[in-house]
Amino acid sequence: MTTKQENPRQPLSHLDWLESEAIYILREVAGQCSNPVLLFSGGKDSLCILRLAEKAFRPGRFPFPLMHIDTGHNYKEVIDFRDQRAAELGERLIVRNVEDSMKRGTVVLKSADESRNKHQSVTLLEAIEEFGFDCCIGGARRDEEKARAKERIMSFRDEFGQWDPKNQRPELWSLYNARSHKGENIRAFPISNWTEMDVWQYIERENLQLPSIYFAHQRDVVMRGGSIVPVNVPLVNGEVANPVKAGEEIINMQVRFRTVGDISCTAPVISDADDVSKIVLETATSTITERGATRLDDQTSDASMEQRKKEGYF
Amino acid sequence: MSSNHTQTIDSQHTASLLRFMTCGSVDDGKSTLIGRLLFDTKTILADTLTQMTRTSEKRGLTAVDLSLLTDGLQAEREQGITIDVAYRYFSTGTRKYIIADAPGHEQYTRNMVTAASTANLAIILIDARKGVLTQTRRHSYLAHLVGIPHIVVAVNKMDLVNYDQAVYEKICADYLVFANEIGLAQSQISAGNDISFIPMSALNGDMLVDRLDNMPWYAGDTMIEMLEAAPSAHTEHNEPFRFPVQFVCRPHASDNPELHDFRGFMGRIESGEITVGDAVTVLPNGYQSKVKAIQIGNAQLQSATTEQSITLLLEDEIDTSRGDMIVKTSEAQAPVKQIDAFVCWLSETPMSPARTYVIRHTTRESKAKVGTIHYKVDVNTLEEQATTDLKMNDIARITFKLAQPLMVDSYNSNRATGAFIVIDESSNNTVGAGMII
Repeated sequence: MTTKQENPRQPLSHLDWLESEAIYILREVAGQCSNPVLLFSGGKDSLCILRLAEKAFRPGRFPFPLMHIDTGHNYKEVIDFRDQRAAELGERLIVRNVEDSMKRGTVVLKSADESRNKHQSVTLLEAIEEFGFDCCIGGARRDEEKARAKERIMSFRDEFGQWDPKNQRPELWSLYNARSHKGENIRAFPISNWTEMDVWQYIERENLQLPSIYFAHQRDVVMRGGSIVPVNVPLVNGEVANPVKAGEEIINMQVRFRTVGDISCTAPVISDADDVSKIVLETATSTITERGATRLDDQTSDASMEQRKKEGYF
Repeated sequence: MSSNHTQTIDSQHTASLLRFMTCGSVDDGKSTLIGRLLFDTKTILADTLTQMTRTSEKRGLTAVDLSLLTDGLQAEREQGITIDVAYRYFSTGTRKYIIADAPGHEQYTRNMVTAASTANLAIILIDARKGVLTQTRRHSYLAHLVGIPHIVVAVNKMDLVNYDQAVYEKICADYLVFANEIGLAQSQISAGNDISFIPMSALNGDMLVDRLDNMPWYAGDTMIEMLEAAPSAHTEHNEPFRFPVQFVCRPHASDNPELHDFRGFMGRIESGEITVGDAVTVLPNGYQSKVKAIQIGNAQLQSATTEQSITLLLEDEIDTSRGDMIVKTSEAQAPVKQIDAFVCWLSETPMSPARTYVIRHTTRESKAKVGTIHYKVDVNTLEEQATTDLKMNDIARITFKLAQPLMVDSYNSNRATGAFIVIDESSNNTVGAGMII
């Protein structure tokens, strides 16, 4: 092994490298796309992206608005946090509701208690058309699920918002191609190369504030089909999601959420991690994947994420 | 397989990062290698393993098929093949790894080139029973072409040749003969890069994370030791400062007089270093100025280095936009309107020499016309053949004529400013990948 070292440079730490790559990707979106939007749910991944966008574009404003596709079944703590964070940043937040798509008749639930999660795709595509967005920036990561492992940084979607895994652009070096024709759409994923652990380490390093439900708290739950399911969850509109069903026993448990999304499909895990450093430790010793434990929507089949992505899901 | 299920945490956040690729087919034990690296570093968690076991059983297999980890898409699962590059992640606590897992078949040259473009180390797998094959030559040539600085030749399946040292040494010798033939050995060494060899059994775990005791005759590093020791930077050389402008920040904030004249040039340092006060030139126009400030977000830096995304402020008001390149005045290169390059064609639609394409180089684009196709390279025999067109997976030496000047370096001397992609404007697809000679 011959290794000649003249003036070896100190390499960037892995977090600095990931941060720099993400900033680069955000700036490529800003440089290449004429009307991008940043999808922001109030969840931990999108909160990382907001910090990255600050580092990418301050002292200027973000060259894109923020947008949330709200199923109406989100935790109140997260929605409040979403609004608070957007206001602190002084950036424009667009909210589009799955309930409005239901009123328009473009989303039809099979039953009243069907999860609205997958129907977000419809509302998202309607919003893309309404505003003429040519690129949506999202917080998806390749380590989350195996259909995501082959996702591009700049992922091409056709006029119907569909992801065709066989028709994706080769992505070489850092030469990202975010070109699109009118009506087509690019989904850009600046934290593709991050793992759950990287996200938590970044949150710790940057001292990012998070919605309270990421930390251990007492909550009423029931055991349903092998998962811990939160019940009687108060919603922003005053209604209650996940009412307890007859015969179920309510248990008050100390839990936290590893992922945050539509109430119908995100389950908490038992945890006493009440600050970020404890969560980093817990993530390091966990034996279950982030989505495996907590995303009820991914457990249907080997290909359920892939199927949703083909239909325009993020 | 055993795993203690404790991922070491790097509390200082100082772990470095290495991007590497694996070259080989399923038959070479590539999936087993990746599976074991992921498993032994606790990256495969219980629920994934359960799902893999269930799928293996459904397919009538008696053991867990580790290749299930590395195939992602429904179409691939149905056909039992890999058709696209997949990215995998694991961490040892001292280092984070990104694996680009590319299928090894001949028709997937474009995937190998794609995976190689971001890798700093390539593991080339050889089946100990078969020795150096055509595909070994192909993988080595492509790794060499795309300029991967560290090559590890892994002679796998040693368990199937009784861990015989003579078999291993014969394969290493054969490989070196061939590496000398294609100039790989010489150019690796002259560039300060390296080729290493390792005997292993991915199935058994010999020489991956643990040495085990089947090959006491091998005194070199284990695979994980090699990965931990490989430099994470693409090059150890001092390269000239290259800063393609991605975005210009002009806040025009009327309520904040300090920002009124703010003009920040945003981008990533593709190579070299910059310090406040350095004399710089903005290309292609040639305007000169000095660095007034370097920022990342609100943080002010005195100097910055390769791969950092920064904002540069200059002493003088200079009209600069995306696609320009800021360089040190002492290291400025002359913009060119013609480039000579090796091009790998990526599209199912063959290249049409009569058409105009778009070339994207750093953050800059130019229309381009094919001047001359000098020859194409047979990736198996490495013969140069005359050709008039280019089909998917072909690699050819081509001269392009450019409408706009580009600020290039040779790919061998600078990966970031020597690379470009070719875009077909009618589909917007990326149809070619080029490395400037």
